[in-house]
Amino acid sequence: MSSTADKVIEVICEKLSVTADQCLPEAKFIDDLGADSLDTVELVMELEEQFNVTIPDEVSENILTVGDAIKFVEENA
Amino acid sequence: MSVKDKVCVVTGGSRGIGLEICRRLVADGAKVALIGTREETAQNAVKELGATADQVKGYALNVADGTAVGEVFTQILSDFGQVDVLVNNAGITRDTLMMRMKEEDWDLVMAVNLKGAFNCTKAVMRPMMKLRKGRIINISSVVGLTGNAGQANYAASKAGLIGFTKSSAKELSSRNITVNAVAPGYIATEMTDAVSDAAREAFLSNIPLGRAGEAKEVAAMIAFLASDESAYITGQTFNVDGGLVMQ
Ligand SMILES: NC(=O)c1ccc[n+]([C@@H]2O[C@H](COP(=O)([O-])OP(=O)(O)OC[C@H]3O[C@@H](n4cnc5c(N)ncnc54)[C@H](OP(=O)(O)O)[C@@H]3O)[C@@H](O)[C@H]2O)c1
Repeated sequence: MSSTADKVIEVICEKLSVTADQCLPEAKFIDDLGADSLDTVELVMELEEQFNVTIPDEVSENILTVGDAIKFVEENA
Repeated sequence: MSVKDKVCVVTGGSRGIGLEICRRLVADGAKVALIGTREETAQNAVKELGATADQVKGYALNVADGTAVGEVFTQILSDFGQVDVLVNNAGITRDTLMMRMKEEDWDLVMAVNLKGAFNCTKAVMRPMMKLRKGRIINISSVVGLTGNAGQANYAASKAGLIGFTKSSAKELSSRNITVNAVAPGYIATEMTDAVSDAAREAFLSNIPLGRAGEAKEVAAMIAFLASDESAYITGQTFNVDGGLVMQ
């Protein structure tokens, strides 16, 4: 896995209090990782800060899994 | 009550009710970041409170300016380390009958009273969410519940604050952040000094307790809502009005 992916997973682990081995690419934040809607907003804002990217609302609505987050950051950071 | 060492931000803390709120919080051992529109008004109020520089600091800010709010709250967070309590108290009036009310009168009152509270709430949300606790108190007015001829703009802004209070309370409840509103009635301050004698007489005659309220009587309610004791109360509006409006 790329180092970007590792960093994204690190952010997810910190924000959602989960472990890296739970962060499978298909893991859904809300259904699998115990996040609520505020957590997902916080997570997106944290990713924006850490990677210096802007994630528009209509894009962030579609970032539902660990894989989605990694893909977005890899393509845009 | 337990506000000791809590960091409290009070907008419009340089005069009137806001200054009394600061005085009470300081007396109860809280740390206070006080906001006025100008450096001068803010620093005069800090002096008047007579606390140490560690306990009270003053900041100049127009709460209607979202960018400036972001900057000043970042400064407050770096000065005090965290924010436990936000009191959205800054407010203005531009009273006149609607027939004569200008669009600017409407926009300005909305921008300071309603958008100001939104701006400041946004600025403390993330730090409070991280702390997993917080208290936000919005100063509304009984006029927001009853309406008042000559105050269409002001009453709308104060009623708006109640809807804003309830929505923020619901959004933030899962993070143990409570949001409540306080609706003062007729409190003797510079804001009410501006009212004509005849209007004042008429107003006072409708108050069951038969007198104007004192700013420190509003501050007492704020001290309670800011404390740990109010933990199970959120999304509510409390009138401090001598019985003027009974729900
Ligand atoms: N007095 C009453 O009977 C009464 C009744 C119901 C509700 N209220 C509400 O209680 C709150 C305080 O009222 P008050 O009577 O104490 O008012 P006040 O004596 O007129 O004081 C207003 C305070 O707000 C500050 N302020 C004004 N515009 C601001 C802005 N754009 N950005 C930041 N700060 C601003 C002022 O700062 P400067 O000192 O720098 O000008 C001052 O500290 C208001 O929200 C008011 O609507 C009052």
